[in-house]
Amino acid sequence: MLRTKALRHTLFILLPVIAVAGLLPLAYSNQLLLFNFVVFLTLAQGVNILYGFTGYLPFGYVGFFGVGAYGFSLAVMHLHLPPLAALGAAALAAVLLGLVLTPLLRLSGAYFAIANLAASQAMFQVVSNPNLTDITKGPYGISLAGVFAPNLSYGVAVAILALTLGTVIYLRNSRFGLALLAVREDSVTAAMAGIDVVRTRTLAWQLSALVAGLIGGVFAWYVSVFYPETVFSPEFSIFAIVFALFGGVATITGPILGVVVLYGIYNAIGISTPQYFQLIYGALIMGLVLFLPNGVVSLFRRWGIDVP
Amino acid sequence: MSPDLAKPLLQIDRLVKRFGGFVALDGVSFHVMPGEILGLVGPNGSGKTTCINVISGLYKPNGGEVRFQGRSVGGLASHRLVHLGINRTFQVPKPFLPLTVRENVEVAAAYGRPAEGPSDIEAILASVELDGLGNKTAAELNSVQQKMLDLARALATGPRLLCVDELAAGLNPVELDRVAIRLRDLARGGMALLVVEHLMGFIDQVTDRVIVLNAGREIFEGVLAEAVRDPQVVEVFLGAAHVG
Ligand SMILES: Nc1ncnc2c1ncn2[C@@H]1O[C@H](COP(=O)(O)OP(=O)(O)OP(=O)(O)O)[C@@H](O)[C@H]1O
Ligand SMILES: [Mg+2]
Repeated sequence: MLRTKALRHTLFILLPVIAVAGLLPLAYSNQLLLFNFVVFLTLAQGVNILYGFTGYLPFGYVGFFGVGAYGFSLAVMHLHLPPLAALGAAALAAVLLGLVLTPLLRLSGAYFAIANLAASQAMFQVVSNPNLTDITKGPYGISLAGVFAPNLSYGVAVAILALTLGTVIYLRNSRFGLALLAVREDSVTAAMAGIDVVRTRTLAWQLSALVAGLIGGVFAWYVSVFYPETVFSPEFSIFAIVFALFGGVATITGPILGVVVLYGIYNAIGISTPQYFQLIYGALIMGLVLFLPNGVVSLFRRWGIDVP
Repeated sequence: MSPDLAKPLLQIDRLVKRFGGFVALDGVSFHVMPGEILGLVGPNGSGKTTCINVISGLYKPNGGEVRFQGRSVGGLASHRLVHLGINRTFQVPKPFLPLTVRENVEVAAAYGRPAEGPSDIEAILASVELDGLGNKTAAELNSVQQKMLDLARALATGPRLLCVDELAAGLNPVELDRVAIRLRDLARGGMALLVVEHLMGFIDQVTDRVIVLNAGREIFEGVLAEAVRDPQVVEVFLGAAHVG
């Protein structure tokens, strides 16, 4: 039964999303905008993996994205790796950061969120430190003109989105996903169900780190020129969180809905006044956590419509 | 004591548990045989739940030993104890509320017994009278049903030792009878049970033997009929009654 459900979710959610994301550039000329949609679809699902399935709200989620971007860039600049191999370095950087930050999982609620935010700021400070200019180019930013390949990197971003969606579909339809939800609900009872609480949480944490690191790496590749404050901007964390929360976490479709609606609105009217949107979205996060913790899709559930 | 051929499944030896300066368990010793139901009674705050918490790995002991099947297991992580065959119910159960009743049991069956085959989830649900409620979420259950779900969760892991913490509280007489029969059935199948309970009628009905705890020390070991004639036990229970 779980398997047929997973197949249904793959056929009716993953494939259409990937088809649209993959084919839209042929019909619509603003590829950068589409690329940003793909990035946020991936990041929102990454937040979903962590917050939806473990209850940890990663306000410093951008840290993984940023070290992914730098892992990719350093591998290209210093090791002269081809871009696809350099994505491996992006993944590695994010997973290593995840490993270093694993002790944060001992903190709960707001303490975790704040510590995670501080950690991402610390990574930004390290990377943009002028003393490291030889390695990271410090505050002067990265230029990877040699590997610039917008079409290919766009395609790879879509592939990473597909992998991410596949991961969330797996979590929604597997015993491992069930175990994660059990730990999120009550870690003591979960342990007495035989679940290794620490290991289970750490796995979800690393999965969400990996997703952000990979898409961060492909972001560096796609834009090719960026500053440290670009890829460590708190806006990435805030947007990814608000999109995931708005649609509804621990679902497959919720974060997709959140990105399409809120990032759509942002692009339609917000670009000229981005500072207001940061404010509005910040307030929206609080409102959602307090009043609609399970997002818009939970309203559908209340009306008896089961949304995957 | 009569020489038993079988070895104890659980052997607690001079167990100590402190919370800061407060001594909740002050050198408690007892054992449980396979197929035996041992009652653990005592006034509020005497350390009954703490004892189960240490046995099930929620707390590390500060002294003494917990032996399970001859092996020292004190301080092991809960999930590892579950895999060895120890489980418990909670005085205040906290099931996985958004999950369905079936999922609650399924996850325990999947993670609680890696060595053995899958347990029959429908049969377990039926045995605690939750059949027909499998597709409801745990949040929709009343408190008695949540207690039964907690028992089902524990049973799904195939325990050899089951600690039951005030399962009977809040049950009506009919439900009490059913649960008593259910626990006796489990023991007849070879499972060892440690039953914490305030309802003496229930204790009388299900246990083979009781331990009486007071302020973290055991003050009596034997059958309930003798316990109620023991002056120290009577004193403790009357004293407790005076206070509250
Ligand atoms: N985590 C804890 N931290 C501090 N003190 C604790 C903790 N757990 C239990 N205690 C204390 O240890 C003593 C024994 O508590 P315990 O819950 O084991 O009693 P009990 O015999 O189960 O009582 P009841 O019949 O009311 O359930 C109590 O005084 C309690 O306040
Ligand atoms: Mg108690």
